[in-house]
Amino acid sequence: MALVEIRDVHKTFGKVEVLKGVSLDVEEGEIVTIIGRSGSGKSTLLRCINALESVDSGEIRVEGQKVHAGMPDLKKFRQRVGIVFQAFNLFPHLKVERNITLAPLLTGRIEKAKARALAEDVLTRVGLADKIDAWPEQLSGGQQQRVAIARCLAMAPHLMLFDEVTSALDPELVGEVLKVMEAMAKQGMTMILVTHEMGFARNVADRIVFMHQGRVWEQGPPAKLFANPETPELASFIASAK
Amino acid sequence: MRSFSLIDFVSLFAALRWTVALVALALAFGAPLALGLAMGRISRFASLRWAMAACIQVIQSVPLLGLLFFFYFGMPVFLGIQVPALVAVTVAYTLYTAAFLGEIWRGGLEAVKQAQWEAGACLGLSAWQQFRHIIAPQALRLSLPPTVGFLVQLIKGTSLASILGFVELARAGQVVSAATFQPLLTYALVAAIYFALCLPLTLWSRSLEARLDGSR
Repeated sequence: MALVEIRDVHKTFGKVEVLKGVSLDVEEGEIVTIIGRSGSGKSTLLRCINALESVDSGEIRVEGQKVHAGMPDLKKFRQRVGIVFQAFNLFPHLKVERNITLAPLLTGRIEKAKARALAEDVLTRVGLADKIDAWPEQLSGGQQQRVAIARCLAMAPHLMLFDEVTSALDPELVGEVLKVMEAMAKQGMTMILVTHEMGFARNVADRIVFMHQGRVWEQGPPAKLFANPETPELASFIASAK
Repeated sequence: MRSFSLIDFVSLFAALRWTVALVALALAFGAPLALGLAMGRISRFASLRWAMAACIQVIQSVPLLGLLFFFYFGMPVFLGIQVPALVAVTVAYTLYTAAFLGEIWRGGLEAVKQAQWEAGACLGLSAWQQFRHIIAPQALRLSLPPTVGFLVQLIKGTSLASILGFVELARAGQVVSAATFQPLLTYALVAAIYFALCLPLTLWSRSLEARLDGSR
């Protein structure tokens, strides 16, 4: 059984059908990168996996459990599925440590005495152990995004979703975030990423999924997909992304 | 007729206790109600949002004087209930405070980005935990300057309670002025006392505004 099973998912916003029957499986430990033009439905699909959006028809299962906004243990589910956003969304009124420990403490995942150690641990993993007492606004965009990743890691998720996490960063800050993600990939974290970083998609992903007009247009290992795109849409996308 | 003396000075300051008491009562009952109204205004239930908006609209549209008259003179006429003056003013100032603070705080809550709620939800926090630990602290900081501004309004607004017989600062001024025939001196003093009460609040509000950029 795949960790994530997506079956014929449809999603409409107003009159626009954003997802037109998407099916996709993601195995445990797999790194799947979703690429495609703006409006192809990549981000919406990602948000559906975390029940931030509800699907209109079809179904999504994570670890065998059917996902939807009204699911009975939505809070528990979200503790197992982390998501990192383009805009970081750190809590600006809390220091880095509290940003990280707030949810683990409130959800009863850890005791108060161990909170600081947990923050230190996850910050070390993103290379920011020295920023534990900083305010978010004192950090660069790349550092804020790494704290956001650490905040997710503190919940020990089984699956992590990344929604264009480098798109809001200055070019020179992109690398440090990608490096953190690459290290996570090597440690066996299951990851689904929506990204425009073709280099990262090529080098780190196990599989590339090209979405076009609300459908999975083409998918496969990066080497094959980039070298021999089967559809003209993917070929032109790759050409334009270079 | 007698000349203005220390006793008049003291009686003005003594009357301050009613001014302060009225403000304290208005905040003690009005602030929790305001929080309820503000939360109702951002509720996901449309009917609740509408009901709260209607309450606020009605109360804000009635002059404070009208509220005072209604609860003291109107209640016996319309509902046959004679309430003590203290109850009438407490209810009037409570509603007045709730309606204005409620709107101020609603604005603060809405000024916090929607993505902050989402970030909390994605970490597995309940709606209440998101509100309590993520949204409310940020909204409070955004709302502090206008909240203090309203407080100044409220302090001055307590002068209207004099029409129901409360010898607060403004009413004490009338009494002293009538006894001493020194209206200019008396009311100048009254004005100075209001000023001394409000100025620190205004300054505090301004320093908060400068210190809190709203994000932290």
